Amino acid sequence: MDDAVIKGAGYILAHVPNLTYEFGTTQVLERLKSPESPYLAKMKEHLRTYEQALAYPPFQVYIGNLHPDDLAAIPRPWYEGEKVRAERAGRYGEIVPEDEFYAWMLLVDTFDLVWLDEDFLNELKPRLEKHPLITPPDLKKMLNGKKASDIRTRVEAGSAAPLYLGERLVGCVRQAHEVDDTLKAHVMAENMATKASAVLALRHLLAQTGTDPKAIDYIIEASEEACGDMNQRGGGNFAKAIGEWCGCVNATGSDTRGFCAGPAHALIHAAALVKAGFFKNVVVVGGGAVAKLGMNGKDHVAKGLPVLEDVLGGFAILVSENDGVNPVIRGDSFGRHNIGSGSSPQAVMQALVAEPLERLGLKLGDVDKYSVEMQIPEITEPAGAGDVPTANFKMIAALAVMKKEIERADIPAFVAEHGMPGFAPTQGHIPSGVPFIGHARDLILEGKITRAMIIGKGSLFLGRMTNLFDGISFLVEKNPGRKEAVGADEAALKKLIASALRQVAAELTGGEG
Amino acid sequence: MELKGKKAIALGDRDGVPGPAIAECLKSAGAEVVFVTTECFV
Repeated sequence: MDDAVIKGAGYILAHVPNLTYEFGTTQVLERLKSPESPYLAKMKEHLRTYEQALAYPPFQVYIGNLHPDDLAAIPRPWYEGEKVRAERAGRYGEIVPEDEFYAWMLLVDTFDLVWLDEDFLNELKPRLEKHPLITPPDLKKMLNGKKASDIRTRVEAGSAAPLYLGERLVGCVRQAHEVDDTLKAHVMAENMATKASAVLALRHLLAQTGTDPKAIDYIIEASEEACGDMNQRGGGNFAKAIGEWCGCVNATGSDTRGFCAGPAHALIHAAALVKAGFFKNVVVVGGGAVAKLGMNGKDHVAKGLPVLEDVLGGFAILVSENDGVNPVIRGDSFGRHNIGSGSSPQAVMQALVAEPLERLGLKLGDVDKYSVEMQIPEITEPAGAGDVPTANFKMIAALAVMKKEIERADIPAFVAEHGMPGFAPTQGHIPSGVPFIGHARDLILEGKITRAMIIGKGSLFLGRMTNLFDGISFLVEKNPGRKEAVGADEAALKKLIASALRQVAAELTGGEG
Repeated sequence: MELKGKKAIALGDRDGVPGPAIAECLKSAGAEVVFVTTECFV
């Protein structure tokens, strides 16, 4: 059976400073504890404009306008000045502004929960009309506005979560139930934003790859949100809810969870479904995490930085039958952090990186690029969490020293060659291994690299059901060429049969003689 | 630093050293570990 291939990848960001202020967990908790919080008062001065977010180099890498290694050459801090071209559209997707993102939330709402001010929508209309992925029926739904007074009444009554643009209330997300906490307005706003960002990513993927949405037969959603009601809090199914708004009428789907490692697990599921012949075109998709917006905001504000966690991320990856061209998800390359693997950094890296390579007879240096937790370092460093991707690359390099592949002094060179600067927002599952898949696919197709390892890690202990850690990895490799391989196998098979028949004939002849 | 007889808490990092590993070191240095956790900062 042929390995499945990665046919394309879509990546989007939604710049949402007002959602950050209203709904990010750090801000929500602060508001609960001290409504007059100096942090909240000061935070607004530290929110970035859309133009500033566009000019942020890591975001341009995420949507594919720059290569991750380009970041290493851009002097830090990256948030100061305009060091790269501030472009909205990228090779893999786009960075959508908050006002338009609200319209996307309205579009994907099927229960009349998202209300937007009709005047605001009329102002937005010329821009929505120009968007290449918004169809006339989409536009009709997006322009279905409400009276500002009706929105204000719901927000003031506490039955709706507000959608602001600065001081202007432009809409709300209404509660879907009066007493069910899993359907309250805040949760509905979170889920609608997750769904909208995933829909945008999937539409970009389909457009970029020229894939007919009807050709998608399975969707796996891999975010960290839960949709359901009080009787089945995480019932799902985001996957079908997303596919419904992307024209994937022939697809079914389901949600896969594993904290940040969810997307890596989902990609393995997708590769297995395709390789086994159950489905031909499987999409793995994930929208953004509203809760994580401004997660490290207190440290950013205290240190005079902009609030750098002001975007929702989204991704969509198409896993398809082997076409002999696109890079394969190598079916024998999975690295697993098992229940009994242990949680020390060395045990984790041994299980996820060293073990699968040993099994395949490969050295650590044979992997051109490793994609680990790809968080932007200048987001995590001010909060004391350090440069997470570099810490991971150093652990891989340390394994190479232990295995005597490299000298201790070569660690920095190994990290520079086989790693890359972090370029993804701290959105949990969004930076975990998957941000590099689009770049890896391109680099492999261009012949610049032959092999990348994608590593996802998950903090299962946060759910307080187990103290276990989680992680899973796989190799993405240059396509070995399907037709040639199949041809060779057929020829070998014919030879074997011919040889066996000759043997039988010889024995029969001998018996007669 | 003398840890013998001291009470200690161990706060580990998902992408660094996990709490139980820190706790083992503290114990071997003679500290009484009263709380262990590993957190995710990303």
